Amino acid sequence: MAKPRVALDVEIPSDVKYIEHVVELAARECRELQLPARKCSLNLPVALTEALSNAILRGNAISNGKHVRVRALVSDDALIFDVVDEGPDFDIMAENIDPTTPDNVMREEGRGLFLMHALMDRVEHIRGRGNVIRLTLLRE
Amino acid sequence: MSFSISKQGDIVVVDVEGQLIVGNRQELKQKVLDELERGEKKFLIDFSQTGYIDSSGLGVLVSLSKKIREQGGELRLANLNDDLQTLFELTKLDTLFQISDTRERALESF
Repeated sequence: MAKPRVALDVEIPSDVKYIEHVVELAARECRELQLPARKCSLNLPVALTEALSNAILRGNAISNGKHVRVRALVSDDALIFDVVDEGPDFDIMAENIDPTTPDNVMREEGRGLFLMHALMDRVEHIRGRGNVIRLTLLRE
Repeated sequence: MSFSISKQGDIVVVDVEGQLIVGNRQELKQKVLDELERGEKKFLIDFSQTGYIDSSGLGVLVSLSKKIREQGGELRLANLNDDLQTLFELTKLDTLFQISDTRERALESF
C-alpha cells in the first residue's frame, strides 16, 4: 500500500468569496485521479463547499485574521479532505436534522450537514487546534 | 458566476451562470425580490448554465418560493442537469418545486 500523498494544502482567509476557487482546485484533483465523474462534479463540490462555509461562518465567525486550511490526502482507496478552522469547539454532529421530513422541507436552513453525509462516504469531526471536518470520498 | 434577468411576456426569467452558493445567493435573492417589488408575479429560474448548488443556494430558492407565493405569484424551475436533479431528489425539494425539462415547457406551464 502506497503512503498517502498530499494533493492539496491551501489556507484561505475567512471570507466565502474564496470558496469557489478552492473547490475548483479540489475538483480538478478529483478529475485527475479519475474518480467517477459524478463524485467530482456533485459530491465533492457540494460537500466541500458546505464544510468550508461552515468553517468560515460558524467556526471562525468571519473573523479578520482567522484562516481556514484545506488539506487533501490521496490514498490507494480514497480522497480525504481536512477542513480546519480556528474557532472554538462546537458539536456539529449534534445539529444534524433531517431536512426531508414534511415539517422540515420548507426550512430555509439546515441542509448543510445532511448534504455532507449524503454525498460523502464518511464525515468526521475532530477537535484539534481548531475544528477539523474530515470528508472521505472513496475512489469507487 | 452571475445572474441575468430577462422577460418573456409577463414571465421574469433568471439564468444562473456558474454556481449558486453561499458567496452569491444573496445577489440572486435581491434581484428576484426587486422584480417582485416591481409587481412581477411569474418567475422562472433556468439552471441550464449552472454547475452546482449548495445548501444555502437551496435555502434561497425555498425562501423565494415562499415570498413569491405570499404575493400571489409563482416560481418555477427549468433545466436541472443530472447532478442538480439528484440534489433536489436527495433533499426532497423536487416535491416542493414545479420543475420542467426545458425552458420552453416551463414557459408554457404558467
